[in-house]
Amino acid sequence: MAALPLAAQDDDLFDLLGEDEPVTQYTIATFKSTRLISGHSVETNSAGVLQFLIGHRFGRVNSGWRDLYGIDNATIRLGFDYGITDNLNVGIGRSSFQKTYDAMVKYRFLRQKSGAENFPITATYVASMFVRADDWPHPDRTNYFTSRMSYHHGLLIARKFGESLSVQLMPSLVHRNLVKTQDDMNTVASMGAGFSARVSGSLRVNAEYHYLLPNQIVSTIGGENVKNSLSIGVDLETGGHVFQLHFTNSRGMTEQYLISETTGSWADGGIHFGFNVSRVFTVKKPKAFKE
Amino acid sequence: MKQFIFSFALAVLSVAAFGQKYLTQSATIRFFSSTPMEDIEAVNNQVSTAINAENGEMVFSMLMTAFTFEKALMQEHFNEKYVESPQFPKAKFKGSIADFGKLKLTETPTEVTVTGDMTIHGVTKSVTIIGTLAKKGDKIVAVSKFMIVPEDYGIKIPGAVRENIAKEIEVTVNATYDLINK
Repeated sequence: MAALPLAAQDDDLFDLLGEDEPVTQYTIATFKSTRLISGHSVETNSAGVLQFLIGHRFGRVNSGWRDLYGIDNATIRLGFDYGITDNLNVGIGRSSFQKTYDAMVKYRFLRQKSGAENFPITATYVASMFVRADDWPHPDRTNYFTSRMSYHHGLLIARKFGESLSVQLMPSLVHRNLVKTQDDMNTVASMGAGFSARVSGSLRVNAEYHYLLPNQIVSTIGGENVKNSLSIGVDLETGGHVFQLHFTNSRGMTEQYLISETTGSWADGGIHFGFNVSRVFTVKKPKAFKE
Repeated sequence: MKQFIFSFALAVLSVAAFGQKYLTQSATIRFFSSTPMEDIEAVNNQVSTAINAENGEMVFSMLMTAFTFEKALMQEHFNEKYVESPQFPKAKFKGSIADFGKLKLTETPTEVTVTGDMTIHGVTKSVTIIGTLAKKGDKIVAVSKFMIVPEDYGIKIPGAVRENIAKEIEVTVNATYDLINK
């Protein structure tokens, strides 16, 4: 009998806290930004967070010294993304390239987690709409407003392996209301892939690739064939800012351009230096800080 | 009769062994970092803690990811870069309240000294913390405020934000324990 109380006293007080129950840990920071490089990553802004995005793409590196290897010929995109909930984001933006306005909605519907509950991937759906507002470039076609519109739907599937490597797949559809010739398909499909590798706490190396399935776009843009988009860059994080520096053969900064209008060639130096700066603002504070 | 003595002995031993434990799973721990650049505050309302009134033993356990920050990005940096929550999900404390047996707890808070081991970011350090205890009906209320140095626990603060994060972080503990019969 004497052994009973002794055994009981050996009971760790920690047992009372339910220490043995495993907990669910959600994977954090699969990517550093809501953009992999130019296209969306699975990441969303938290509820009440407003993200201001400034994107720059200079001209082509092979444009020669007179244009300072493309520096003279920059395009810019300004955008705002906002977290309605931790998983649901909306955004608007405007690109100087073709004076395009865009609007998007993005929903993260699966989250990678481990521990008590396990799930291997994070998945986000993104849908965007684009309207070009430049001077009508097709004098032979009727200038309908709808002819200026195009759309993008993307399914983003990502997994973070350990603490330093994240991989993403993004099957996408782009629909253009107006295409150049009858042989061009209005709706084109692509398969994207990207990764982000952590080099140190604040530095990551990223790549993003969009493979346009063949025989969908036959016409040329400015005499050049449409090519697959490849971007390679780094993320630098300093407090509230993320700086992304990269080289890409795409001039535009949204999926519509990445997938259906990339004409630069890496082999010929037809690539653009570019950067994104992202800054987040907490518009609505979390509940614990409301008082 | 034999049976009666047996049950009586068991009952007495049970009280001695299992009685008088206090528990809560919704204690609050806040931390506060103040520099000329900015103030940073985080709150965790889901801290588990228990007191064994037999011997004055006290334990705390909390999930680092349960700390909420005013800015979501800070929360991500805190978990990803500083306390590295995926590797070190919990912070713990195990210690004992000095002279707990001699304390007569009343509604007026009594100052107590707690000595024990604090584990944060996988690093364990011996600490002595001053706080107060009060008894309200069946409940014990514990309050404490103390400083910790992140570097003591192997938490590296990058140069870019060194000016924004205080060398010493103020930690505030508020716990209301319920008496449990186990």
